[in-house]
Amino acid sequence: MTYQRPNFRHPNLPVNELGYTRKDYEGALSTLCAGCGHDSISAAIVQACFEMSIEPHKVAKLSGIGCSSKTPTYFLGNSHGFNSVHGRMPSVATGANLANREMIYVGVSGDGDTASIGMGQFTHAVRRNLNMMYVVENNGCYGLTKGQDSATADVGSASKKGEPNPFEPIDLASVALQLGATFVARSFSGDRAQLVPLIKAAISHRGFAFIDVISPCVTFNNNPASTKGYEHVRDHLAATGTVDFVPVKQEITTSYPEGESQEVTLHDGSVVHLQKADPELDINSRRSALRLIKDYKAKDQILTGLLFMDEDSRDLHEIIGTSNKPLRSLNESDLCPGQKVLDNLNESLR
Amino acid sequence: MKPTDVKDPEYFHKVVDCQYACPAHTPVPEYIRLIAAQRYTDAYMINWESNVFPGVLGRTCDRPCEPACRRSRIEEEPVAICRLKRVAADNKSNVADRLPAIPKEKNGKKIALLGGGPASLTVARDLMPLGYSIDLYDDQPAGGGFMRSQIPAFRLPEEVLNEEVNMILDMGVLTQFNTYVDSLKSILDKGYDAVFVGTGAPRGRDLDLPGRKEADDNIHIGIDWLSSVAFGHTSTVGKRVVVMGGGNTAMDCCRTARRLGGEDVKVVVRSPFDDMKASPWEKEDAMHEGIPILDNHVPQEFVVENGKLKGVVFEKVEAQYDDKGKRTLVPTGEDSVLIECDDVLMAIGQENAFPWIERDIGVEFGKWDMPVVNEVTFQSSNPKVFFGGDAAFGPENVITAVAHGHQAAISIDLFCRGESVDTRPAPGVNLVSQKMGIHEWSYDNAVEDDKRYIVPQAELKQTLSDRKLEVELGFDAQTAFREAQRCLNCDVQTVFAEDRCIECDACIDICPTDCLTFEVNDGEEEQIRQKLKMPANNLAQDLYVSEDLPTGRAMIKDENVCLHCGLCAERCPTAAWDMQKFYYSVTKAGK
Repeated sequence: MTYQRPNFRHPNLPVNELGYTRKDYEGALSTLCAGCGHDSISAAIVQACFEMSIEPHKVAKLSGIGCSSKTPTYFLGNSHGFNSVHGRMPSVATGANLANREMIYVGVSGDGDTASIGMGQFTHAVRRNLNMMYVVENNGCYGLTKGQDSATADVGSASKKGEPNPFEPIDLASVALQLGATFVARSFSGDRAQLVPLIKAAISHRGFAFIDVISPCVTFNNNPASTKGYEHVRDHLAATGTVDFVPVKQEITTSYPEGESQEVTLHDGSVVHLQKADPELDINSRRSALRLIKDYKAKDQILTGLLFMDEDSRDLHEIIGTSNKPLRSLNESDLCPGQKVLDNLNESLR
Repeated sequence: MKPTDVKDPEYFHKVVDCQYACPAHTPVPEYIRLIAAQRYTDAYMINWESNVFPGVLGRTCDRPCEPACRRSRIEEEPVAICRLKRVAADNKSNVADRLPAIPKEKNGKKIALLGGGPASLTVARDLMPLGYSIDLYDDQPAGGGFMRSQIPAFRLPEEVLNEEVNMILDMGVLTQFNTYVDSLKSILDKGYDAVFVGTGAPRGRDLDLPGRKEADDNIHIGIDWLSSVAFGHTSTVGKRVVVMGGGNTAMDCCRTARRLGGEDVKVVVRSPFDDMKASPWEKEDAMHEGIPILDNHVPQEFVVENGKLKGVVFEKVEAQYDDKGKRTLVPTGEDSVLIECDDVLMAIGQENAFPWIERDIGVEFGKWDMPVVNEVTFQSSNPKVFFGGDAAFGPENVITAVAHGHQAAISIDLFCRGESVDTRPAPGVNLVSQKMGIHEWSYDNAVEDDKRYIVPQAELKQTLSDRKLEVELGFDAQTAFREAQRCLNCDVQTVFAEDRCIECDACIDICPTDCLTFEVNDGEEEQIRQKLKMPANNLAQDLYVSEDLPTGRAMIKDENVCLHCGLCAERCPTAAWDMQKFYYSVTKAGK
């Protein structure tokens, strides 16, 4: 039995600004089931980071437990990683982020890891507006323990060997919106063209960037009775529009028809451009996003794409006024500024 | 684009680049796998069926397969296909019991083969098992044609040649050696049912320059000289030798001269080094033996002093290429150079010559006084007369002659049975899944990183002192295994079943060389080629396009750099991809 990937790549692989090819952003060979949606998401992250010319050592990958949480091994093999405890990734991410605000934090979680065991952790990371990309690889079931329904399974959806689910699902995008997330999107692992620009925008966004990605479990939840299988999702897919991510250094060359598009400039100067499919949507409005998610669900459709962005987002560091340098770069004189500073401080408190 | 019809055997055949490039279409990856499995005799027989002279070709083939090898598109060097073939020949056991049975009772048809080279011998190999009676005529004392007279023994030992020639002659071919046929009419008059002309291109080109006649004693035509050495008539040469010409014959001449006493041997060629016709490895071998190659030198005259050759005067030129890449050699204006020498060997090409074919017996001659021969059937305008090898369309090589021989044998058999020679038999094709388990295939799908292995050579000192000592030693079993593992198994095809695909992207993501794309098939091939994950810019390689899938896209595969690693099939949850071994064999006479 062989299970190894050849070292050869296409001889004409393009090179990014750093001189790296896509191969430099790959990870170990996936051990997930053949056809797992999670692998597509890993490939989309690889693609996005390659295209953004991100230096691999500036990325920290964080995850909890589950099929989804295994995936950081399968992308960005040259980046830092922390595979933490079940549902506790947000805490580890918070600690890491506070210690070093200069890194890019990529959190990968699943519907179990986020919507069940990690729900408490997740909500607080959202409301603190932690500067990270938080991807939920949402397949509506517990794939690693043979496909039991998860908290995101729709009412009536049945897995391969399961009964129809009787419980109301948790809609993570809606939850994130209500808790004050400053970037909320939904996508589908089978829609690479949409997912890659969303990931780029999420990475560039300063604050909590949440992407709920529907990612079919081919082994346990890809049957006709499931609402999270490839076929069902494709048949019920609707999009808020086409997202273009225009990096800082690139000139905007595409012309967009007026009234049907919306543009958001990010902190780093890059621009997210949404070519709207539904004129009702206002990406600056939480209410609009929440309403549309409900409206589409009522029509038995899954609304994907960029749902909400807060251009004026202030992340955790800004809110609580932390050191503007990573902790590791603070030296003794930064940490013990001397008697005079202490005296001044004491004086100010008298 | 129209979806690809993989039922057309030529589609998958073309994916097996080496086999497709081989004139005889030998199933290369199949025999390479057998070599890796140390099944040398099986590997030999696959070769023998297809190219008749595995031992000879494993040493001397022009290797059209190697430049075609997919491996050279993903790294520097192709698989050493030719030298692996030799491993099969060197290590085989007795094959006598595997040779076709020759019927004791003949079918009553008599065939004459003129010339005892690879083309004629191939015709004999294919027709003897069918019950034909065959007479073979050659003016030399032994069979093999140019394989014997022109390929020096240090590249091709006599035993190897004899073994493979005799395998055919021993089928009961009636040989008439030392017999120069000076009239085709006289042969036809003997009542043969068909005559095959495989007399090669026996006339070496000469150069009519000033001094040519006066220096005649020391100017030799390369192929004649090599033949004279091969048959022991010539055993010495002058100390200083100039070899004129840039092809493989020139390389054989200069290396033979080094072994016959030539100390200062030079190859002088008109064209630039890179444009020379000789195979790169033959140029390397010559230079390794201390033979300089002087390029861009055009001969002007032979200088004769006191009635004896003194040397050759050359004009220096440089190559200039016009917009269309056409080359002209323009004098540089530098002084001409005199290269002093004792002997000149002229290897500047060879020509066909048919002075012995009467022009009133129905064999029509066309351009350049060449016979008019059908390129598919090898039949001439006299339906009883067939041509093949260099005699048909001018000088080529052994493997081409073999391919001609197979096709001519089919025609002769059809003709003798009173059937139309234009109805060619379809190739034998087989396509079988290699799946053994979830991640298990019946071929070794791991892709090795090894660079091409070099064939070891005997010590230079020894080889230069013994004309018959073979220079190349051949791969040992371990190196042969490593080299065989470099083969990408291009005959194990990626076969796609549209009706199973759920478009999960798993194959697209896993493919190491980005061959696969799901894309809307809404344009001409040129546009589609640019829309793929990696633009498909190698136009010589096909696109494999599926029927449209449920999302309206098609699966499009660029065959160019597919490693045949099977990962698309391993990662496919629905087995829409499968790895299937494609076996393509050219059908032979009587099958």
